[in-house]
Amino acid sequence: MDNILTTIVAMSSITGILAFLLSIANKTIANYGEKKLTINEDKELTVDGGDSLLSTLIENEIFIPSACGGKGSCGYCKVKVLDGGGQFLATEKGYVSEEEREKGVRLSCQCKVKEDMRIAIPEELFNVKQYLCTVTEIENLTDKIKRIRLELPEGSELDYKPGQYVQILTPVYKESDEEVYRAYSITTPPSSKNAVELFIGYIPEGICTTYIHKYLKEGDKLNVIGPFGDFQYIHSDKEMILAAIGTGMSPIMSILRHMKENNINRKVTFFFGARTRPDMYMMDILQELEKEMDNFTLITCLSRPTESCSWRGEVGRVTNLIEKFVENGDNKEAYLCGNPPMIDSVVKILLDKGFKEEDILYDKFE
Amino acid sequence: MELSPVTIFFAAIFTNNMILSNFLGMCSFIAISSDIKTSLNLGVAVTFVMTFTTIINYNVYHSLLVPLDLEYLRYIVFIVVIASFVQLVEMVVEKYFQTLYYALGIFLPLITVNCAILGVSLFMIIREYNLMQSIAFGSGSGLGWLLAIVAMAGIREKIKNNPLPKGLEGPGITLIITGLMALAFIGFSGIVQIQ
Repeated sequence: MDNILTTIVAMSSITGILAFLLSIANKTIANYGEKKLTINEDKELTVDGGDSLLSTLIENEIFIPSACGGKGSCGYCKVKVLDGGGQFLATEKGYVSEEEREKGVRLSCQCKVKEDMRIAIPEELFNVKQYLCTVTEIENLTDKIKRIRLELPEGSELDYKPGQYVQILTPVYKESDEEVYRAYSITTPPSSKNAVELFIGYIPEGICTTYIHKYLKEGDKLNVIGPFGDFQYIHSDKEMILAAIGTGMSPIMSILRHMKENNINRKVTFFFGARTRPDMYMMDILQELEKEMDNFTLITCLSRPTESCSWRGEVGRVTNLIEKFVENGDNKEAYLCGNPPMIDSVVKILLDKGFKEEDILYDKFE
Repeated sequence: MELSPVTIFFAAIFTNNMILSNFLGMCSFIAISSDIKTSLNLGVAVTFVMTFTTIINYNVYHSLLVPLDLEYLRYIVFIVVIASFVQLVEMVVEKYFQTLYYALGIFLPLITVNCAILGVSLFMIIREYNLMQSIAFGSGSGLGWLLAIVAMAGIREKIKNNPLPKGLEGPGITLIITGLMALAFIGFSGIVQIQ
């Protein structure tokens, strides 16, 4: 018994002393004092030095997009640093191209505020805000995909473009002890400013998806930040090719609903691929849109139809559909949404068919 | 016979090299040995941390764990000490030695999980070294690790453009070279011998 007690006491005092030493070091050695942060030559902030630029900006309610939450693994949090910020780090190499680097682009999660800094960020990021939303609806679309509806707090509005995404701040819960940000595309059209809907697929061991699929209940509150993203509907009269798999349907849905509401009559074809019949969802709504919009065609395919599917439509992947139905890239524009292998192979086919690179827009879901 | 610290120092570099005779610290050895400059930086950092954590761990073990009869806690205590020490070193280097900080980059925190460092502290206990011997062993092992990784980086730079069978590229050929280097280092075994 004594043995156990001495072990516990010794272990706790050793770790306690070390933690104490480290926190003293953190307060003294790693304390850089107050620093001045100038944004776009016009806004000036006085901040506590020592933290990463990303977390310093978030503390000051400027939300730089970041899907990984500052781990340096998504490469979204790029910021132009004009002055200060120290040397370019090896951890940024994979995400910042040589060209961007010359212009001073850095990953804000890797570069620390250790001196006065001057930075430039896109104006529209000032539009990004955090909202404490209420979950009003949760619906199972398939056994792996849920639709959730988030109502914004009274009086606030989210001003977004079709195709953009928001980030959900996943709170600490039973299976995860850290707060993480995860990005999800908005599926409602921009006219729905007081509430947004998201499609959320279940990923085994995914921190946010597990939370939403297993723990989230109607009436719960969720912190949502947005809007973000360059994947946006562009207005022109080119013919549109839309392609998606899985939850990739979400931003495409937003684009289609936006077109329907505004009576945009461009020729548009949506290719959607799933594995089996039960993996198809939202078909009734898409078919309704197809009826109401003169120039909209929906083409679906199953990659592994089983007998119980009694499927008489196309068999194969989205890539096969595009090979078959898209003739050439003349005056056409493509919007793609899905996992990286799907995007890569579709982009390759479209380029072979003569699409121009700037006419292919995509959002890779990782 | 009591081994002199000098003997232990040279043995730790040549005959009892952490990488080439104990195969400890292989992860960073294989991953970071593609060019001489970075491997030299990493080697210096490892040597520094190894020397000092050995001294700290020696004192913690003999003045705390042994009197309290808690020797079996050494694994976890050593790891905690190493991790905190690396944290501290990182903070100091970040503030006062900017150039070194940027040169070492991610390698500095990675040293925490280099098993050669824990290995040195544990060998020191198993082989019942005194303080002087431990210091010699710690710094010698660090230098030996540095020597091995820099030599490996040199070889890899030389063979960088040589054709290799596809399956052997990268870690494959590195492991084979490590084996050959280990054989070559057996040649030193006549000089000194510990354990």
